[in-house]
Amino acid sequence: MKREMNKKRILLNLILIAVAAAFLIYADQNMSFYSLRIINLCAVYAIMGLSMNLINGFTGMFSLGSAGFMAIGAYAVAIFTVPVAVRSEVFYLQPMWPVIANIHMGFFPAMILGGVLSAVAAFLIGFPVLRLKGDYLAIATLGFSEIIRIAFTNLQTVTNGPLGIKYIPSFDHIWWPVLTAIVVTVFMFLLIKSSYGRAFKAIREDEIAAEAMGIGLFKHSMLSFVISGFLAGMGGALMAGILGTIDPKQFLFTLTYNFLLIIVLGGMGSISGTLISSVIVTAGLEWLRIADEPLTLFGVNIPLFRPGFRMVVFSVLLMVIVLFFSKGLMGTKELSWELIGNWFERQKARFNKKGTPLKGGESK
Amino acid sequence: MTQTKKAAVPVLETQNILMRFGGVVAVNNLSIQVHQGEIVALIGPNGAGKTTAFNVITGVYTPTEGGVLLKGEPITGLLPNKITQKGVARTFQNIRLFKNLTVYENILIAKHLRFKADFMSATLQLPHARRMEKQMHADTEALINRLGLQSVKNEIASSLPYGQQRRLEIARALATEPELLLLDEPAAGMNPQETDELTEFIREIKDEYKLTIFMIEHHMDLVMEISDRIYVLDFGVLIAEGTPDQVQNNPKVIEAYLGVEEDA
Amino acid sequence: MDLQTFFQHLSNGISLGSLYALIAVGYTMVYGILRLINFAHGDIFMMAMYFSFFSITLFHLPWFVAILAVILVTALLGMVIEATAYRPLRNAPKTSILISAIGVSFLLENLATYLFSGKPKSFPEFTYMTSTIQLGSVSVQRVSLLTPVVTLAALAILLYVINKTKLGMAMRAVSKDYETARVMGIKINRVIAATFAIGSALAAIGAIMWGIKYIRIEPMMGVMPGLKCFIAAVIGGIGNPVGAVLGGFILGMGEVMLVAFFSQITGWRDAFAFVALILVLLIRPTGIMGEKTTEKV
Repeated sequence: MKREMNKKRILLNLILIAVAAAFLIYADQNMSFYSLRIINLCAVYAIMGLSMNLINGFTGMFSLGSAGFMAIGAYAVAIFTVPVAVRSEVFYLQPMWPVIANIHMGFFPAMILGGVLSAVAAFLIGFPVLRLKGDYLAIATLGFSEIIRIAFTNLQTVTNGPLGIKYIPSFDHIWWPVLTAIVVTVFMFLLIKSSYGRAFKAIREDEIAAEAMGIGLFKHSMLSFVISGFLAGMGGALMAGILGTIDPKQFLFTLTYNFLLIIVLGGMGSISGTLISSVIVTAGLEWLRIADEPLTLFGVNIPLFRPGFRMVVFSVLLMVIVLFFSKGLMGTKELSWELIGNWFERQKARFNKKGTPLKGGESK
Repeated sequence: MTQTKKAAVPVLETQNILMRFGGVVAVNNLSIQVHQGEIVALIGPNGAGKTTAFNVITGVYTPTEGGVLLKGEPITGLLPNKITQKGVARTFQNIRLFKNLTVYENILIAKHLRFKADFMSATLQLPHARRMEKQMHADTEALINRLGLQSVKNEIASSLPYGQQRRLEIARALATEPELLLLDEPAAGMNPQETDELTEFIREIKDEYKLTIFMIEHHMDLVMEISDRIYVLDFGVLIAEGTPDQVQNNPKVIEAYLGVEEDA
Repeated sequence: MDLQTFFQHLSNGISLGSLYALIAVGYTMVYGILRLINFAHGDIFMMAMYFSFFSITLFHLPWFVAILAVILVTALLGMVIEATAYRPLRNAPKTSILISAIGVSFLLENLATYLFSGKPKSFPEFTYMTSTIQLGSVSVQRVSLLTPVVTLAALAILLYVINKTKLGMAMRAVSKDYETARVMGIKINRVIAATFAIGSALAAIGAIMWGIKYIRIEPMMGVMPGLKCFIAAVIGGIGNPVGAVLGGFILGMGEVMLVAFFSQITGWRDAFAFVALILVLLIRPTGIMGEKTTEKV
């Protein structure tokens, strides 16, 4: 029986992968630039959501440093992929720091570099910060995120300061972001499934008990934090490659709130939840743009709809979720074929009103 | 009654432990020894400092003064996870299970400290990591069977009845492959029948897993029945030690704790 | 630098410090009782600025009435936020309420941008306050003299309330041991509501004086001060109002003086608070006046 279930699951997964691949290829060939941009942003937000969920949702350590780590990755790409020839045009106020002025690399190495630099930053920041509890950790990581942003705003010769960096070679396709997102997702699944993933969850559940069971708190929370930083760096790198231009103001700590919404909506502790919610939030934010346009109904102008309304709706939604749906979409469960199958069973039973005893599915 | 091996190094020894919190002295000049294969109990009225002593031994607190030795090796001030790695496991007075994880996961996690692969090998499921994982799962299954938790192994820990939660706590501690097991009030909240079962159970696992056991307990029947030796703590100070008979008849102990006559 | 400039910096430092102090007290009181960092506190400060703006420009209230109205409305806002966003989550895991606070902060910022537009507004001019008076060879704005006085007066009143009234005693009890206080019959909800009201009222007073001196109003203006003031509260010892005032002064003075003497690091001005935070958390996490608490195992 189990053999059969496994075979079924593998088949369904393969079909899913085939459909997804087909969709992506079609999209890349045929969809408008705007739609591709949305897909790319979904991918980046998914990576950021996963990065945040690793440290917040799975390890239970409330970190608000995402924006800062993202900035590091973004600037790595920005600084090193802009063609050397145009750099003096970008850095017109003050010339670029000679040490890096002539270093140029392609996107992929720059992205990896961004991730690595971010991870190093996380490592250094982790030393003072990871011993703090709850709210203090939140404020401290937020503080560091801001220190990074302020640093980037002031290091004129390295980051071009408040002017930001433009002419970043950007991609007109979806493959870098989407493939990276897929790799990151697979990595996360495997990590969480492993013994280390369980150790993270133990720390989340009860730090003192985890330590008593032999799990080194510092080592494991640092591991989680550094990996999270690495992922965030890659997310930032992709962001730079998508937008083609960045500046420090984009990385104000309020950016982190977007990712917080994603993991809360999706379920802190669910990878599939994060993926689903990042699509919902990214697409939703775009769709909500209509809220910023004036709306006329039956020739009457509804005064509510004007610029800024979109974000108000967004914030209200966040509050509603926090107050009434705190477990988010998936809670700590993962989306699986069993879950979907059971859901259909329940709907069928409800429809048939037969009250048949339901098969309890195994939730992993 | 086991003969204390006078020549051998005690599994656990504390030397003049002083534990001060601000102005309060919780434990004063505590020197005890626990020898291989013994079951030693630590008793005393509530607030006497027993759990504090446990916390010092397991590294949760660093003693203000004094030292802790494990098989002759100083472990004072080491982090709790390091001490556990050296073979000391404990249960908690107020159960500290991983509430939202399953019974199986609770025990499996306690095997992590023996998992000798780095996170990349584990994530990529390289052969040597996979082998270790398999072993961990096998050991976990074995423990679950031994502890009679088969029927609930996929249940969420917090949904278990109290008695089973206590059992799970012990299973989890055993999973770390300890030599010394510290039990903090294992019989708390149990009725006489459950306490009897627990008494038998402790004897069994001691032999089966070759443990040395040091426990805090208030259920005197359990303590008197099973202990080789007893230490009595009152207001953080050791007021008596000896065999169950000796302790039972010690006037100081009686005065502090056991069966004080209630006058009006 | 000459005496006038130095004195100017000094008075700026004291002013900023006092304003930080007023806002920091709100943080420390809420944290003391609920163990919650009220992320929205800085935004309540921002809303108070807008309340002030509209009470004068829209409703044309005389100054004295406007000040009272703003304080009352802001206190009300604080209580409403507590009742709707924090009270329902009191028994939820710690992270939920923290996220809720972030959500409220986010909502207030977006609401302000939507309702009042992102374009900066100017605080109505209060010429009596902004005009200067002579003290020997230096001239100083009246508001700069008033601010520390008001702050210390507010602190004195607050300390009186905390130490000499029944409400204050209830607050202290709740912050020491929430459960026991409740079991003892203290009306927790009222105590908490009062805490928020007082904290928000103080923030409103700070907002008014901030507006008079610094004039510029915009929706995101509460973000940085809010963050810095929480840091001030931590530096002073979280949970301790005197500590919050101390921390506020230290941070305000430090920020101004640092930039005054090292003008090249002006751009890094905001980082000063964060660096101070990290240092405090590393060296003396309980802050200047804080007490150590150990978790029971």
